[in-house]
Amino acid sequence: MSSSSGSKSSGSRERVLARVRRALADVPRDERPQDVRVERGYLRVHGDRTTEQTVELLAENLADYRALVHRVDAAGLPRLLKRLLAAHGSQSVLVPPGLPPRWLAAADPALVPDREADTAYELDTVDSVVTGCAVAIAETGTLVLDGGPDQGRRRITLVPDHHICVVRVPDQVVGSVPEALERLDPGRPQTWISGPSATSDIELNRVEGVHGPRMLEVILVDDRAEGQAPSMR
Amino acid sequence: MSGTYLGMPAFPKAAQDAVRNETLRGNLRHATHTIRDKRAKAVAELADWDRLRTAGKDIKDRTLRHLDRYLLQLEEAVTAAGGTVHWAADAEEANRIVTYLVKAAGGSDSEQREVVKVKSMATQEIGLNVALEAEGIAAYETDLAELIVQLGEDRPSHILVPAIHRNRGEIRDIFEEKMGSWGRPAPAGLTDNPAELAEAARVHLREKFLRAKVGVSGANFMVAETGTLVVVESEGNGRMCLTLPETLISVVGIEKVVPTWQDLEVFLQTLPRSSTAERMNPYTSMWTGTTDGDGPQTFHLVLLDNGRTDTLADEVGRQALRCIRCSACLNVCPVYERAGGHAYGSVYPGPIGAILSPQLRGTGSEVDASLPYASSLCGACYDVCPVAIDIPEVLVHLRERVVEGGEVTRNGERVTIKPAKGHAVERAAMRAARWALDHPGALRAGQRLASRTRRIHPKRLPGPGRAWSDTRTLPEMPAESFRDWWQRTRGGAQ
Repeated sequence: MSSSSGSKSSGSRERVLARVRRALADVPRDERPQDVRVERGYLRVHGDRTTEQTVELLAENLADYRALVHRVDAAGLPRLLKRLLAAHGSQSVLVPPGLPPRWLAAADPALVPDREADTAYELDTVDSVVTGCAVAIAETGTLVLDGGPDQGRRRITLVPDHHICVVRVPDQVVGSVPEALERLDPGRPQTWISGPSATSDIELNRVEGVHGPRMLEVILVDDRAEGQAPSMR
Repeated sequence: MSGTYLGMPAFPKAAQDAVRNETLRGNLRHATHTIRDKRAKAVAELADWDRLRTAGKDIKDRTLRHLDRYLLQLEEAVTAAGGTVHWAADAEEANRIVTYLVKAAGGSDSEQREVVKVKSMATQEIGLNVALEAEGIAAYETDLAELIVQLGEDRPSHILVPAIHRNRGEIRDIFEEKMGSWGRPAPAGLTDNPAELAEAARVHLREKFLRAKVGVSGANFMVAETGTLVVVESEGNGRMCLTLPETLISVVGIEKVVPTWQDLEVFLQTLPRSSTAERMNPYTSMWTGTTDGDGPQTFHLVLLDNGRTDTLADEVGRQALRCIRCSACLNVCPVYERAGGHAYGSVYPGPIGAILSPQLRGTGSEVDASLPYASSLCGACYDVCPVAIDIPEVLVHLRERVVEGGEVTRNGERVTIKPAKGHAVERAAMRAARWALDHPGALRAGQRLASRTRRIHPKRLPGPGRAWSDTRTLPEMPAESFRDWWQRTRGGAQ
């Protein structure tokens, strides 16, 4: 089960475990973990919001951390994507395997499929990436990617400098962190994204754009059957 | 070079140099005040902050009291998900394991003898970079602040912002002077604009990320039930190191385990707000073993003890292991603000360092024996701690250990330590005080004698008491003791 590859002492697993047990000599032998009380009196979600207000809060918090937020109905999505890619001057765009083909049907840049064989160097030459997401958290302005078919491998949303993430509202939006974890599968690799990459390492001044995409655009696409079209920002 | 803390002077001596450095004090004051105000705002947004704090404390306590069980559960889950788990009793063993794994990953190709690193307190603590360097392996720090520290051949001085002691001008000079010898040089005409400095780091590090074969990280959390590791970061250098290389090696302290996936809902709310004062940090990566076709195909987890079980053995001190390394306690500490991080002689500075270092390393060295005194016991650190570590309580407990000696656990063995040198006078004074307070007659006689002779009292104590009165003003002796005054006047009624 465990190994201690190459290290001379192979007994450290037992050694560390024995130390832990000795250190806990004061813990009664019959105590079970659930006997140590965990007071979960905290809130599931902060505040009482309608679905529309939750989506509005997501948009606000995304923008607060310098993501560019757009809202559109399902029919308008291809046109909006075409416009955003053109505005960024993108020549090429990475496409996860399960991205609905319709989304980029109108786009001009060359479509680059997400392939395992591609090297990081090759990804570095692509201008943009378009993905969906697994869930979005309103209270924190967070997008969660879990490697689903419309999101692709983790690296494709990392190396290109421009990421456009499409969130289906209201289905994919939750209010809070506890609600998000409930929906997610720990077995899938996850990337939680809250705004473009940033650093505060120089005199604690926030600077956007270090190693990840320096530009994060989020499209909130209303895919409700009624199809009411909110205004585009 | 970072990681070497041998022969560090005691805290008061190291701090004395720091408080005389006006640039350093200016940098620190500016930075800590900025972040503490922002943090207070981020915390105030959550009406249930106190309850989240209690839950975080409870979850960590449950974990620590049943740590063996959770470590085994974690090992099983990580192994089932395709990872390999290693156990390291101390720094030397952890370094040996990582060195071996890096060499094995590189095969015979000596050009691959390099690793990219995510900022990690655990690998700083064990001095991994120095150990790798000794084996001909270059370790590149990729967090901006860690890069500044590495290029400047400096030591980190803050948990979250290791280069907090450097201002933009100093950073510009370091980049211009040093980047060239580590890889891509800084662009010509680099100014001290933070955005430009960040851009220089982006360009400098990108070639290293793209060619990296091995990544080395720590982790903020490990989930026992699922085997999931979590790294919380801002810049994206973490994502680069965690997803681009073929091999990932994570060195994580055994106390970083939490029981369940659900438990993350507490810490993912409290950690970002406490540390960077954000609702959520820009990037959080979570991975469970390996995933076919996505990210590193080889994953090693090195579980590190290195003094943690010794700390666990102390019923008062073990609460220090609840720490989630947010650094909020540093930012509010009046002593840290003035003395800076280097004076603490450890990768863990500030209030948490003052209780963690003497427990992880023991109180044998001069600096470790002095750390429990590097505090005014004001308690601001306890107030802001998102897992409610009662730092003042542990400080006082450790002071007692330093002064009185007694039974402790070192390297897994129960040993009796002697009282530290230099506290003999203090102990004698305390013994005398105890005797006097137990004998009211003697106390009264002593007080009267002291009052009558007050005009001839020296301003400074003679002999071994001198060091004490060098930095303190002796209290003025009243003409009459309170008891005598009360007996004479009945509290002024007569």
